[in-house]
Amino acid sequence: MANIPEELKYSKDHEWVLVEGDVATIGITDYAQESLGDVVFVELPNEGDNFNTHDAFGSVESVKAVSEIFTPVGGEVVSTNEDLNDAPEVVNDDPYGDAWMVKIKMDNSGEADGLMSAEEYEEYLKSEED
Amino acid sequence: MSIKKVTPHPTQNEALIFERSHPGRVGYKLPKLDVEETGIDEIIPAHLRRDDDLDGVPEVSEVDLVRHFTRMSTWNYSIDLGMYPLGSCTMKYNSRLNEKVARIPGFANLHPLAPESESQGALKLIYDLQEDLAEITGLPGVSLQPAAGAHGEMTGVMIIRDALDERFGEESKERRVMLVPDSAHGTNPASANMAGFTVKTIRSTDEGLTDMEHLRELCDEGGVAGLMLTNPSTVGVFEKNIREICDTIHEVGGFVYMDGANMNALVGVSRPGDMGVDVIHLNLHKTFSTPHGGGGPGCGPCCCTEELAKFLPKPTVVKDGDTYSLDHDRPGSIGRVKAFFGNFGMMVRALAYIQTHGDTGLREATEAAVLNARYLTARLEEDFERPFAPDPMHEVIFSHKKQSRKGVHTLDIAKRLIDYGFHPMTIYFPLIVDGAMLIEPTESVGRQELDDFVDAMKSIAREAQEDPELVIGAPHTTRIGRLDEATAARKPVLRWTPDLGKQADAAS
Repeated sequence: MANIPEELKYSKDHEWVLVEGDVATIGITDYAQESLGDVVFVELPNEGDNFNTHDAFGSVESVKAVSEIFTPVGGEVVSTNEDLNDAPEVVNDDPYGDAWMVKIKMDNSGEADGLMSAEEYEEYLKSEED
Repeated sequence: MSIKKVTPHPTQNEALIFERSHPGRVGYKLPKLDVEETGIDEIIPAHLRRDDDLDGVPEVSEVDLVRHFTRMSTWNYSIDLGMYPLGSCTMKYNSRLNEKVARIPGFANLHPLAPESESQGALKLIYDLQEDLAEITGLPGVSLQPAAGAHGEMTGVMIIRDALDERFGEESKERRVMLVPDSAHGTNPASANMAGFTVKTIRSTDEGLTDMEHLRELCDEGGVAGLMLTNPSTVGVFEKNIREICDTIHEVGGFVYMDGANMNALVGVSRPGDMGVDVIHLNLHKTFSTPHGGGGPGCGPCCCTEELAKFLPKPTVVKDGDTYSLDHDRPGSIGRVKAFFGNFGMMVRALAYIQTHGDTGLREATEAAVLNARYLTARLEEDFERPFAPDPMHEVIFSHKKQSRKGVHTLDIAKRLIDYGFHPMTIYFPLIVDGAMLIEPTESVGRQELDDFVDAMKSIAREAQEDPELVIGAPHTTRIGRLDEATAARKPVLRWTPDLGKQADAAS
């Protein structure tokens, strides 16, 4: 079973969100990296870019396919993880740690509250599997 | 005791040409100088010359070189070697007759700038093909210019854009949403995006069909320019609601674009024009048996309704009495999309295919293509999970669900097929099926080959249960085993250097 840390929030598109004040750190889940297979390229936005909730902010390319990554919260990109340019394999190795993708300053700091908890995400994965 | 297999042995791998180099070997001999010698400094300035004595450039004889490349040329897998079941690609046989006709000197040697009076045969051929494709699709406007499928798509959505501008004037700017199903070829959203549209994705139902409710919802959101739809869809299922889908889009003022990639399921049986489609591209290199892969070149004609015909690329070929000419006077046209008239050699081959088959033959080819796919379905559905219930058309989709429990995934099954001597099927497409295997046998295989393929697949299904490691480690019988695709993509080595061989030796 996929690893699902308690302290994070989750989207139906398999992104995780860590909220600190009004800044959300976003990455893709263990389940997502497992489904994608070996990640070979990560495309991220520029700092200062603005996104609405559910907008695609980048893409992850694996040996199987290119998949878009959607932001579960709207706001301005304040930081991106440039280390992923040279080491995309980190997405497979450490999806919740070193492979964070962007930090977004949320327009509405309460927005992440509407996302799934770890428990709800686990249920969601089970229903998706069937 | 084992024997030593030398390089020319059919199972042996081939060293790079750089690694075959012997100092001092040459593949040329220059004649004796019969003019006054000029120093190289006078011809080529020093800063433009290499000063490393051509270090690393291979030194080989002519016969070394010829044998090196000839050996490697025998490693190719091609449509002339065996079944090529790549789903969505329609890898059908390209008949020798097509090639013979394409080599008729009057076609092969015709200069593209020759005057119309001296090109009547070629213009007639283009005109006849336009007419035949119009009849086959039920769409009277035809341009043969686009060079391939995605180019035909781009042409089609540009036509839609101009048509919207004409229909709605300023208000057209508010119509920039192109609807694309989640099962679509990746080129569809790409073409729409390049033509200035934003893409909204329509969900598929559990049957692999367009979700009508979601379609209506997206139409209600407004701004709809049109829909790009593949029929049969990329999961091989016929969109039985196609008339209703087209009506829904037309009611909100949009146009329906059909991706003709899967026309091999329809030719001679049903026509997109009759379904309500406004514009379509065809792939002559799929459906009409012109060469495919290795650069083709392709040909992606764009066919459309009478209403949209004025927007087609110019020039088109027109007929007046018994005379054929190029019509450049087309003010509504989106303009030229390809130099000269497109890939003419492919038009010759496609017309040869159409005329040798005739209308009954084309229909029979379609029926055989569908029958073959359904035969595979019936024989393999016990062994592999089939995600969508409806009877497939010309291709069938399976998933690895029954095998993945044992750790055997789609990629492993595809690699294992190579050990059985088959080119693998299309894998991991479309994306809506986890571990997709898309198989399109085409009409070009007989019962015997289909049975051989079924036997191989059944055998792999059995291996996956009894000896999964065998499948996971495949291929075992090739010169080179499973490649590390991930490292190849993450850390590509794009250039040979003298120390590369040593590094590889040290690593192994």
